[in-house]
Amino acid sequence: MYRYIIKRLLLVIPTLLGAALLVFTLLRLIPGDICELRMAGSGGYFEESAIQTCRHEMGVDKPKLVQFGHFLWGIARFDFGNSMWTGQPIVSEISRRFQLSMEIAILATIVAILVSVPLGTISAVKQNTWIDYVVRAISIAGIAMPSFWLGILIILALLIGSQHFFGAPWMPPITYRPIWVDPLYNLSLVIWPAIATGYRYSAVATRMTRSALLEVLREDYVRTARAKGLWEKLIIRRHALKNAMLPVITVIGIEFAFLIGGLVVTEQVFNLNGLGKLFVESVTNNDYAMTQALVMLVVMIFLLVNLLVDVLYAWLDPRIRYR
Amino acid sequence: MAVTSADIEAQLAAARPSLGKASLALIRQQPLGAVSALLVIVMILMALFAPQIAPYDPINNHYEFMQMPPSAKFWLGTDQFGRDILSRIIWGARTALFIGFSCAFIGSKVGLILGVTSAYFGGWFDLLFQRVMDVFLAFPLIIMALAVVAIFGTGAQNVIVAITIPLIPRCARVVRSNALAIREIPYVDAARALGFSHMRIILRHMAPNCMAPFLIMLTTFLGQAILLEAALSYLGLGVQEPTPAWGLMLQGGAEEYAETAPWIAVFPGLAITLAVFAFNLFGDSLRDTLDPKLRSR
Repeated sequence: MYRYIIKRLLLVIPTLLGAALLVFTLLRLIPGDICELRMAGSGGYFEESAIQTCRHEMGVDKPKLVQFGHFLWGIARFDFGNSMWTGQPIVSEISRRFQLSMEIAILATIVAILVSVPLGTISAVKQNTWIDYVVRAISIAGIAMPSFWLGILIILALLIGSQHFFGAPWMPPITYRPIWVDPLYNLSLVIWPAIATGYRYSAVATRMTRSALLEVLREDYVRTARAKGLWEKLIIRRHALKNAMLPVITVIGIEFAFLIGGLVVTEQVFNLNGLGKLFVESVTNNDYAMTQALVMLVVMIFLLVNLLVDVLYAWLDPRIRYR
Repeated sequence: MAVTSADIEAQLAAARPSLGKASLALIRQQPLGAVSALLVIVMILMALFAPQIAPYDPINNHYEFMQMPPSAKFWLGTDQFGRDILSRIIWGARTALFIGFSCAFIGSKVGLILGVTSAYFGGWFDLLFQRVMDVFLAFPLIIMALAVVAIFGTGAQNVIVAITIPLIPRCARVVRSNALAIREIPYVDAARALGFSHMRIILRHMAPNCMAPFLIMLTTFLGQAILLEAALSYLGLGVQEPTPAWGLMLQGGAEEYAETAPWIAVFPGLAITLAVFAFNLFGDSLRDTLDPKLRSR
């Protein structure tokens, strides 16, 4: 097991290096360089010396290999330099927002799992009944519905609902307070974006639970369990569901990428100052240093989650040999 | 008596079920697929004949008709600039489908060629190629798209580039696993023995036999590309005003006027959802028909 984990960890390193190289080259593909583009992007006349200063500050006047080495060394130390927009260290900008985004992501995952496993199970057990059709329709809609639209609809519903029932419109708050400071306030802020992003997640997981369970329910050992007169609920819970969970875990790992994407857009909808909003802002403001750092951060998190899923998978399923 | 090709064609035509019968069989076997196919066709027609169908001009502002609720005159109401929402949705279908089809087609086509090439050459080339694909796949779709937008800027063409690039490795990976099996079929060896060039074997012999995964990826990508375009436009990083695009219609006004004019936020989102729903369902049915083995996901 440990050997497997170490091997998987080592396999992440070349991918990470490749990703760093890709991000690095992408940002050097810009016609001219980031300094010229940034200054020209703001329009109007600019001093040649200003570009030189910018180039020097960004280190783009050094040889490419040195730059890349510097970039890698920065990633290794979690030092991404300063934002080209605010001038603040990127790490502090990120850490200020990290907690909020992480909380939404975790809550969305929890919501998704809590919704999808029971729904998928009911759907599979009552296959081809109206419950099954309703669940399937809900999950198909979840895959097609853009998370930002769902977010807008939630805001709409909250506004109209609160106006109707309490006589005054209510909007979820937008400034973040940690959950241990003010749990109720925190939840009233975080739950809505979590639902908006978690819906797609749960839809995919519901579909996977259903199809995996349907497959498992046709296995011989389930028939054996039924033949010996075991209580049906016990068969499903103890025999079938445990085996059906494996593909669901895989799907949760795969869908994590979509969760990040959903987060980027949903934070915009709810006007939350998280990493997603920071990312969009950095793209809008031509803040290449920030964009570069955030892309690397997302890739690292994504690879880490996939690693965790693989390890969890191997741990849960003893049939998988750790090669 | 010699059998002419005309005879054979006549026989084949007689054996072929008529279009009506074929579509009836399709509706019976894949009712959901038929519904989605109909939706797709309606959308394509909407996109093609937008100037003829749309009741009003989608771009010019009409300040005398701001935020009108849905009525007989404006079926879906008007937005904060007095533009008819129905007309903008119809024109928006053009934007969505144009970008969706371009991205999905280029993405899956390039992916097809790359995937087959990788499987065909095998060895260290394949290994290296796989690692490169791994790197690309480490970027979530929208993150990659946003990074590309950050470099090339916004606008329809750049959005197409931004969405296509992350799609390519996803198709290449699926096609490659399929092409690995095809590579072992003797006709590839036969083609090589005949001295055909690598390119000819890849493009003319192997790629056409990867049609099933190619078509499946193409339809999957359609839904994803439309969704992604809408998200980018919503963020203000995709198609720019005043071009009618569904994601763009949700930007700005949607939340601000949520209370007074909820239709601004509801209908464009509905259009996106329906479009993606139709393409996803269509892709699912296609997958079931073409390759039942891939059904599991």
